Parts: sequence; C-alpha cells; structure tokens
Amino acid sequence: MLFKLSIKNMKKSFKDYAIYFLTLVLGVAIFYMFNSLDSQQAMLEVSESTRDMIKLMISMLGMVSVFIAIVLGFLIVYANNFLVNRRKREFGIYMTLGMGRRQISKIILIETILVGIISLIVGIFIGVFGSQFMSILVAKLFQADMSEFTFVFSKDACIKTCIYFAVMYLAVMIFNTLTISRYKLINLLTAVRKNEKVKIKNPIISIIVFLISVGLLGYAYYIVTGGIYELNTEEKMLVPILMGIVGTIGVFWSLSGFILRMIQTSKKIYLKGTNMFVLRQLNNKINTTVISMSVICLMLFMTISVLSSSLSIQTTMDSELQEMTPVDVNLYKTANLPQSYEDSYTGQTIYPTQEQIEDSKHSISYTLKTNGYDMNNLKDVVEISVYTIPEWTLQYSLGSYYEQAKAQFSMLMYDLPEEIIKVSDYNKIAELYGQEQYSLSDDEYIVLCDFDNMTELRNEALKQNSTVEIEGKTLHAKYNECKSGFIEMSASYVNTGIILVPDNFELKEEWKEEEFLAANYNAKTDEEKEEIEKTFVEAENNALLSNLDQKGIELEGMTKISLIEASKGLSTIIIFIAIYLGVIFLIASSAILALKQLTESSDNKQRYTILRKIGCDEKMINQALFRQIFIFFMLPLALAIIHSIFGIKFILSMLAALASPSDLLPSVIATAVIIGIIYGLYFLATYMGSKNIIKEED
Amino acid sequence: MSHVLEVKNIEKYYGNKSNLTKAIAGISFNVEEGEFVGIMGASGSGKTTLLNCISTIDRVTAGNIIINHQDITKLKGNKLNKFRREELGFIFQDFNLLDTLTAYENIALALTIQKVNAHEIDKKVKEVAEKLEISNILNKYPYQISGGQKQRVASARAIITNPKMVLADEPTGALDSKSARQLLETFEHLNQNLGATILMVTHDAFTASYADRIIFIKDGKIFNELVKGEDTRKQFFEKIIEVQTLLGGDLNDVI
Repeated sequence: MLFKLSIKNMKKSFKDYAIYFLTLVLGVAIFYMFNSLDSQQAMLEVSESTRDMIKLMISMLGMVSVFIAIVLGFLIVYANNFLVNRRKREFGIYMTLGMGRRQISKIILIETILVGIISLIVGIFIGVFGSQFMSILVAKLFQADMSEFTFVFSKDACIKTCIYFAVMYLAVMIFNTLTISRYKLINLLTAVRKNEKVKIKNPIISIIVFLISVGLLGYAYYIVTGGIYELNTEEKMLVPILMGIVGTIGVFWSLSGFILRMIQTSKKIYLKGTNMFVLRQLNNKINTTVISMSVICLMLFMTISVLSSSLSIQTTMDSELQEMTPVDVNLYKTANLPQSYEDSYTGQTIYPTQEQIEDSKHSISYTLKTNGYDMNNLKDVVEISVYTIPEWTLQYSLGSYYEQAKAQFSMLMYDLPEEIIKVSDYNKIAELYGQEQYSLSDDEYIVLCDFDNMTELRNEALKQNSTVEIEGKTLHAKYNECKSGFIEMSASYVNTGIILVPDNFELKEEWKEEEFLAANYNAKTDEEKEEIEKTFVEAENNALLSNLDQKGIELEGMTKISLIEASKGLSTIIIFIAIYLGVIFLIASSAILALKQLTESSDNKQRYTILRKIGCDEKMINQALFRQIFIFFMLPLALAIIHSIFGIKFILSMLAALASPSDLLPSVIATAVIIGIIYGLYFLATYMGSKNIIKEED
Repeated sequence: MSHVLEVKNIEKYYGNKSNLTKAIAGISFNVEEGEFVGIMGASGSGKTTLLNCISTIDRVTAGNIIINHQDITKLKGNKLNKFRREELGFIFQDFNLLDTLTAYENIALALTIQKVNAHEIDKKVKEVAEKLEISNILNKYPYQISGGQKQRVASARAIITNPKMVLADEPTGALDSKSARQLLETFEHLNQNLGATILMVTHDAFTASYADRIIFIKDGKIFNELVKGEDTRKQFFEKIIEVQTLLGGDLNDVI
C-alpha cells in the first residue's frame, strides 16, 4: 500500500522531481566518468612512463572524489529538503487520516530508494557513454593510439559510484526522518505561505551601496591586472579577494534596488506590460537571496576561470613545448671547480676531489668519452662554454634602474653575475635550434631574455642606460630591448637573461662557469630514440651513469622526451581535476539556483493567480515568469563572467605564460559550451517546474 | 437604455452522465447600463458559478451571455482574455492586491497589461485616486494600509479601465462594518456619479441593500427579484430580509 502511494506520488510530482533527478543523474554520471579513467582504453595504449603520470592522476582524482562526494551529499540533502517542504501539506493530510510519522517516513524512504536506484542506473548509463567520449579526450592529450575502438565498462568505478551514492542516500534518509519527526500537524496543514510583509530598502542607500560595491570591484580588478606587480606577498593577495567578495555581496544587495530606481525614472519602460511586476518580483526576491546569489556567482566565477584557464594552459604549454624543445638532449656541468666553495643551499664548505676538479676543466664530450659513453648515439653535437664576469652582475646591468627594480622585485638576486656567451658560440646553438642568429661589432652586446617579467625589467633598464664598462672596455647595447633566445631547453619561457659579447672580447679562462652541450639522438624512429634516451635516464646497467656516480662528477641534463612527458602529464592532471571540480561546482550552483527559484515560485503562486484574475492571459504570465527566471539565472552568471575576465588574466600572468587571445578562444568556447549545456538544462527545468507550480490550484 | 448584460437561459452542469450536478438550471436576466445589481443566495445556490460564467472564468453548458452586444460564450482563448481585460473590472473578497507593488502600481497594472501609454496611465491613476479619496496612500504598500483602503484601491483598479461592467464578489466579506459601509458608499458614488454598472454577489443583506435591484438565486434558478424603486434603504433592507427568510427554506424542508 505504501509502495503504491509512493509510486503514485512520484508520478504526480514528476516535474517537482525533475531538478532533483537531474542533479542526481549528472552527479552519478560525472562521478563515474572520472573514476573510470584508469580502465579506459586510452590508458592501456600509452607508454610506460606516461602510465606513472596517470597513476598519480588517478590517485589525485580519487582524493578529489571524496571532496566532491561531500559537496554532492550536501547538495542532495538540500534538494531533497526542498521536495519534502513542498509536500508538507500532503503529509499533513496523511497524518489527519491517522497515518503515523513512521509510516510517512517509510513513504519517503521508499521514494528516496526508488529515485536513488533509478538515478543510479540512468546516471551510470550516461556515465558509461560519456566516458567513451572522455577516452577520446584522454587519447588526444596523451597521444595514445585509438585506432581500434572498444567499448569499456569499468566495474570498479561502477561499484565505487554505487557505494558513494548509497552513503549519500543514507544521509538523505536520516535527514528526512529527522525532519518528519519534528513536524507538528498544525504547521503541516497551514504550510502554504501567505502574502507576507515586504521589506523595502531605502532606494538612496541602495544606490550608494551599489556605487561603492562597483568601485570596490573595479579596484580589485585593477589590483589583479594593472597593479599586479604590487602583489608580491600573500597578505596582499587577500585584499583583492576580500574586496571581490564584499563587492559581489554588495552588488547583489543593492542591484535590484538600483535597477528598479533607474527604470522607475523612465515611466515608459516601467509602466509597460508586466515590467513593473517582474521588477518588483526581482527586487523582492533578490532581497531575500543576497547570500546565495553571491555564493553562486563566486562558484560560477571559479568554474569559469578554472575551466578556461586550465584548458588554455594546455594549449599554451603545447605550443611553447614545441618551440622550447628543438633538440633531443641538453647536457651541462659546472666548469672550473675551485679547491673549495660554499654550498649555496646548506652553507657548508665543500671540497671537491681532484678528479672532479680535473674533469671540470674539460668539455662535456671529454667527460662522456672518458666515462665509456658511445658517442655514436649522438649527432649534431654543439658544445659551448658559458662565462661569468664577477663585476658584471645583474645589478650592474640594470644600472640606474636598479633602485626601482629592487623596489618592485625585492626577491631577485641582484648580486648574481650575468651569464655571458660569445656571439659565435651562441650562433652555433641558434643554428641547431633553428633560431635567429646575431652579429655584433667590436663594441656591442645583446641581451637575450624570454621570461616575461624579467624581459620587462631589462627592457626598462636598457632604455635608461645601454652602455657598460667592463675590464676597461666599453660596450653598447646593440638593441635597446631584449631579444628572444635560450640555450637550455625547458617546458616554457624561463630564460632570465644571457648576454652575448663579440668574439674578440677577451674572456679569461678562469671566468668559465659552465660547459654546455646540445645534440640530437642518432636515430630515425621513435623506438630508437627511446633506446638512446635510456642511456641517459635509466640507472640500471648504465656504464656512463655508474662511472660518473663513482667519481662524483655531476653532469646534469634535460631531454626532449622527459620534458614533454612531464609537461603533458602535469597539464593533463591539472585539466582533469579542473574539469572535474568545475563541472561539479557548476552543477551545485545551478541546482541551488534552480531550487531557490522553485521555492520562490511556490511561495509566490498567489501573485500569479492575482495576475490571472485581473485579466493577464497565460502568455503574458508565462512571459513574466520566463523573464524573471532568466534574469535570476543571468545575474550571477553575468557578474561571474566579468569576474572571470580579470580572474583568467590574473591566473595567466601569475603563470607567466600570457596566452594570446587566439590561444584562449578554443578553451573559452569549450567552457561556454559546458556551462551552456548544464546551466541551460537547469534553467529549462526550473522554468518548466515553475510554470507547473503557478498553474496549480490551491 | 441599452442592456449591458443579457443572460439568456444559461445552464451549467458539472460531472458526467451518470452523476450530473446542475449548478445553474436556466437563468435569464438583463442588466441595464448604469445599474447596480446585487445577486444573493445561500452558499451552493450557484451564485458564484453564475459570476464565474459572466466573468468568462468559467464556460456555460448551454445558453448565451451577451455583454455589450458581444456573445462571450462564443469567444475563445486570447480573445476571451482580451475581452476580460478590456470590458470587465473585478473586485474580490480578499482584495487580490499584489503585495510587492504600491497602491499606485497596483492600480496602474490594470492599464499596463492593456498596453496603454505611460503618460496616460499616470494621469488616469491620479484621477481615479482622487475620486476614491486614496490619493494620499498611493505610494504605500498593501501591508501599510487598512482593509477598507485596500478594497478601495482594488475598486480603483477595477474601474480605471473604464469597463462596461464591474463584477464584485463578496466585496465586503473581509471588512469590518465601518469599512464595509464606506466601501459601499464608494460603490454608490461610482454608480451614481460615474455611471459605473456594477454586478455584485453577496450573501449579506446589508451589503445588498445598497443595490438598485436584487436577484435571488436558489438551487441554480432565479427565486425572486426585488427592485428598490422609491423605497428608502431601510425599507429595502427589510424586504430583503423577508425574502431571505423565505429563501432560507420551506417548512417542509425542516424535519
């Protein structure tokens, strides 16, 4: 009997359940998709070293999943609470008919289980199909072979999803039973809310608060973009964040009053159709939902900036990676080891062995050969030396700009000597790397730098003073700005400065600081390259590495393959976690917004009945409702988008990888599509639900 | 004088073939322009159904209702809504004012949904407020004003569109006697000085005594009709009470 009642109830209130059901299904599907990553086909096809990265990613996603389960848990309890509240009267009637609390709890229990099971099945079904699409994305990111497509179902992920959601449903049941046991019959029967007293804000105060809030936001925007160089401590970071939060709350607190006031001044717009009603509705509603609107706005802001910036980091990283890894391997070691020196980290005095000192006087190819390395593995070998002149420090380069620079970047080590390379040496490297080569006359020098902030700093300095006097010689900067270029490969632009000097500029042997070698692997296929790669990175059965280790010779290096894998792995982990969190935040905020709106609709049912009675037709009423819900959904999104424009700029400049607008475009489009679909679904479900609610007879 | 309202032998049935309820079983009457007509009857007599049919909220099963030469039983959908918006004004027992809007806006809303231009709306609202002596409360919200004032605001909303007929459903039902009297005097003023045609449903004899003519309904049929004529209101009131006693039931009904 109770079972029948439950089923009938669900059928009857299907439209009420729509939001709840949508949230559950999306939650289950997303949860399954991200937890089934490890068993997806693409993961089976990738290389050994990539798989380690994936393992790391899976374990991180596992931890994130716990957090997400908590968020979803709260969301589900909240959504369920809405449903129970809407049915207070129904439960009241059951109680007057003599049904006990326990039986009512049972009805809800059966409903929860039914909805839970159905949503689990539907959600996993969608998740299984969604994960096939995700597989394609994974394959693209990890460059796995996906020529043979097989359909994958992950039992582990399925079981994990079921367990997590079972726990959440259990929480819902306990919550429901508690709620029901607190109900009093009289409150249940008179639960339909009456038109209530409306709190009206003073319009003047609204306008003042609005202007102050906009000012706060504007200033916060300025701090994180224009004034970003001032942001050098964590405490200073808190200021724009707090200003942003206060500003957002302030805007929502005052916005409706402000708009109302503005539109009221134009009687033509205000006294047209249902405009007056819609505006008053919004004004009244936003007054009661300031905090939730602000939270939703900030959540959307996080979603948008996290999604679009993580996706664009990937794009930027990819294109930079191509440019920054022109050869297969770089090797470098310290030249001219002294008898003793102080370790810059530990402060201990270190006495190198005679063997180490001897080796440091020779080139890298000498070290390789003497330690049993087969030089046939390498081709296109270019070797150069990097010098430092004690008196030519960064501070000296900056010259009169030093004081200003120090004020901006107090952390830089200004007394560090600059790296100096002969221009012909650099041209050898540049030729190998396929980069611009330079020529210098006898009294000229060039600064190479591609690290954004450092470039700006050096450019300023070069504009102020471009002449240096070193060892009695005078050199002028050939260009009054930095040129791009680098010798060491890395995953992004990190060259903070190299100075090119003419070949006839006398560089003493004792100034030699570092030996450098760049080369390609003598191999045609990827497999052969992987084999040679092992001669540098794999410790087992490796003559070179064990010999070097024995003698204590430190030979450092960087290979193209390891750089690409590390960078890809990192960016992929960032992307997956960002998408996971972003989508869940999005679902959470849309669901809360939708439920708020539905609650409002059922509370305001009477107002629509009045509209109908004074002669509004259904079309007009639906239009008023649509506008109201549309504005209600759009306001937090619009402010979040404005926040995000500055947020993304800030993130990108923090990462010193300023992507051009064209890099950003695809990820912004992708973000827009994701948000459009999820937010749109909730918007539609809310509109349908509200339409249904205001049609009901009392 | 022309008929504003002609009700021609209307019937209204509820239910299906096996279980038929006749809410209205053949009622005909006319309302002239500028008349103030009351409809009285016990609960369940069909007076609210009658009002719903006239106000186009409900449809008749048979018969015709002609308002201002237009047969509203033939109208459908949007035309019906348009008709309701433009030709009729409503006053309800529980005021039905929007609590989020000021008195001014509540009155103006009736015009804005007819797409009247803004300048004219402003002028009309002020005019009608003047006539109903509510100018001083125009900027107040419903919760800030008394029941009597609320009903006067509702009346202003009902007549501002210049309807052919104002339909009032138990307008004094939620008012204390003093406010009720004031409101009825307002109705009288509307009727006599502004020429509004009013059709009022009530079960209260005192309220009904303000009308020119009263139609009594019982079991879905017209039971009696009283015309005030040259009577004073007191005399008319006594007559109403007499009919009501009759209406209350025959001796045969008492077991």
